[in-house]
Amino acid sequence: MSDQNSDQKPKAKKTPPKPGEKTRREFLRSGVLAAGVLGASLLGYYPVLQGSALRLRPPGAIKTPLDEQEFFASCIKCGQCVQVCPVYAIKLADITDGFGIGVPYIDAREQACDFSCDGLQCVLACPTGALTHDLNFPADTRMGLAELTRPDTCLAMQGQGFKGQARGADFKGVLRFSEVDRWNPIPLADHPFDLEICDLCVRLCPIEIRIAECAAEAENDEPQNTARVAQKIGNECPPRSAIKLVPMPSDDGVKRMQPVILDGCVGCGVCEMVCPPQIPSLTMNIKKTVDHPGGA
Amino acid sequence: MGYISKSFKHLFGYRVARPGKEEQSEELRAIYEAKKGTLSKSDLEKVHIEHKQPYGGKWLKRRWLTLIAVNLLFVVSFYFDIQLLEGALTASRFVGFHMADLNSALQVILAYKVMVLNLFIGTVTVFLLWVLLGGRTFCSWACPYHLLAEWAEYLHLWLAKRKIVSDHSFNRKVRTVFYLLFVVLALVTGYTVFETLSPTGILSRALIYGPGLALLWVLALLAFEVFYSRRAWCRYVCPIGMTYGVVGVISPLRVTYNAEACHHEGDCRKVCLVPHVLDLTIRGGASQVHEDVGADCTRCGLCVDVCPTDSLKYEFKGLSKLV
Ligand code: SF4
Ligand code: SF4
Ligand code: SF4
Ligand code: SF4
Ligand code: SF4
Repeated sequence: MSDQNSDQKPKAKKTPPKPGEKTRREFLRSGVLAAGVLGASLLGYYPVLQGSALRLRPPGAIKTPLDEQEFFASCIKCGQCVQVCPVYAIKLADITDGFGIGVPYIDAREQACDFSCDGLQCVLACPTGALTHDLNFPADTRMGLAELTRPDTCLAMQGQGFKGQARGADFKGVLRFSEVDRWNPIPLADHPFDLEICDLCVRLCPIEIRIAECAAEAENDEPQNTARVAQKIGNECPPRSAIKLVPMPSDDGVKRMQPVILDGCVGCGVCEMVCPPQIPSLTMNIKKTVDHPGGA
Repeated sequence: MGYISKSFKHLFGYRVARPGKEEQSEELRAIYEAKKGTLSKSDLEKVHIEHKQPYGGKWLKRRWLTLIAVNLLFVVSFYFDIQLLEGALTASRFVGFHMADLNSALQVILAYKVMVLNLFIGTVTVFLLWVLLGGRTFCSWACPYHLLAEWAEYLHLWLAKRKIVSDHSFNRKVRTVFYLLFVVLALVTGYTVFETLSPTGILSRALIYGPGLALLWVLALLAFEVFYSRRAWCRYVCPIGMTYGVVGVISPLRVTYNAEACHHEGDCRKVCLVPHVLDLTIRGGASQVHEDVGADCTRCGLCVDVCPTDSLKYEFKGLSKLV
């Protein structure tokens, strides 16, 4: 060891610590260092146990709705999922998430996953299987479940229409509008609406859009094209419906509608992102999925 | 002592005893004998003047350029979406080929207890790469923390020279303890606990995906190294360095020592991150005239640059001497 070179001559400066004393101090210091680093690393437990590291995850995140431990364990914190997402929905968590540091999450209100990559690019990019490859189609994902958490803010339930940019002119989020550009998502702010009664959550739900696309395709499809049909079955086309507006009983003659979440909802968060009120009526419940509606 | 056992002793923090006279080759003994009483201060001054290779020699320049280029390639690749090197240092794809940092992969395997094919391919690729390139070469030629820590080290040495700070050493075995601790923690908790602390991962992600609060931890580490203990993280804690060190044991790329012209003055040991590997340059410390520096060496080349007698060189076993 460099610091114990045997050719060190004892010098008569100040009071030199005896070799034994030096070793003892070094040993104690090392113990303190070990305890310190161990303590610092175990601090990572805090946000995990607190639940503040619980977030909406990209499609295919292996997790049971209540337990993210496996996802944290399998993710190598590389961000390859971040890089492939065409709408930049995925972010990596900071050290405030403890053991969840570097693990990908989605802030749906800022930028939801609208599946505009079609093939679940994030899942394909993941090197460790943290985003499970068992998943092939958007409709198979289970990120969470949309919930009508603030019915009081919902425009449709007040019988109101919607005119303008869904989240205002300054909102940075993007979405794919196939009729505008199939390959490049555009800012939501560049696509204003004029609706008699607000139905943005249904209109922009990527699952609902797929159902509509499948229906349109089926209409002008030659029935004998079996390959196409097979592919469609594989694609679970059409998926089950995710959300719809149902008329509410009304005694004042105003037409009101209520959003109702159905068993095709994958929890992608698009409805939360596009919901116009300051406080969105719909939010993602990350502890539930359609397979575990009770949350376990 | 054989190269392999010497390397493992260095890596795990054990003392490597000085070779006894009977372990030294006759040729070497003759060289030591001939130097007795001849290595004067004025001689050394002369070689120092002739050598004129202070800090910032050619290997340092090449190394910094490489380190910055590697890390910048990740950034540029994402920023301009050219898909050359996707991901971060923990795992990436280089023009489509999977790569996985060995220590990160180990942590994931221990915590998750499953290894998918892509991770396996990435791990094997990177393993072979660093076997070829020298193991801990990762540390000084690729790790972004290394560069910051190197700058912090200059600051530490500058302050230490003015007696404003002093170096507090730790027992080097503590790195082995940490290594085992992080293995056990990953196994038992099921979390990749080390990744929470790893300045290597934090810095790599911060460069590519933008800064975050995690950088405060890196700053704290650097402050600890400047004011309390020289290069403490890399010397006493980091399991990444240990993992690559073990890989480097079988690597053909080494720094090699030639005792013939050596003045034993120890310029090399003063600049080295892991000075114990250079104990063979102390008079009587080698057992052969030509001997390789152990695998804990990061192949940084500081000693190659600084050695006034050119007694330390890079060598690729099997190829003729490099440079
Ligand atoms: S599925 Fe596609 S759009 Fe959604 S998060 Fe993954 S990469 Fe982004
Ligand atoms: S690609 Fe996979 S391993 Fe990498 S950060 Fe995303 S989820 Fe984690
Ligand atoms: S209802 Fe909302 S969360 Fe559910 S699939 Fe549709 S847009 Fe996504
Ligand atoms: S020991 Fe760790 S932190 Fe230091 S240079 Fe090597 S990998 Fe980087
Ligand atoms: S022995 Fe030389 S090349 Fe190896 S780490 Fe020390 S200074 Fe760098």
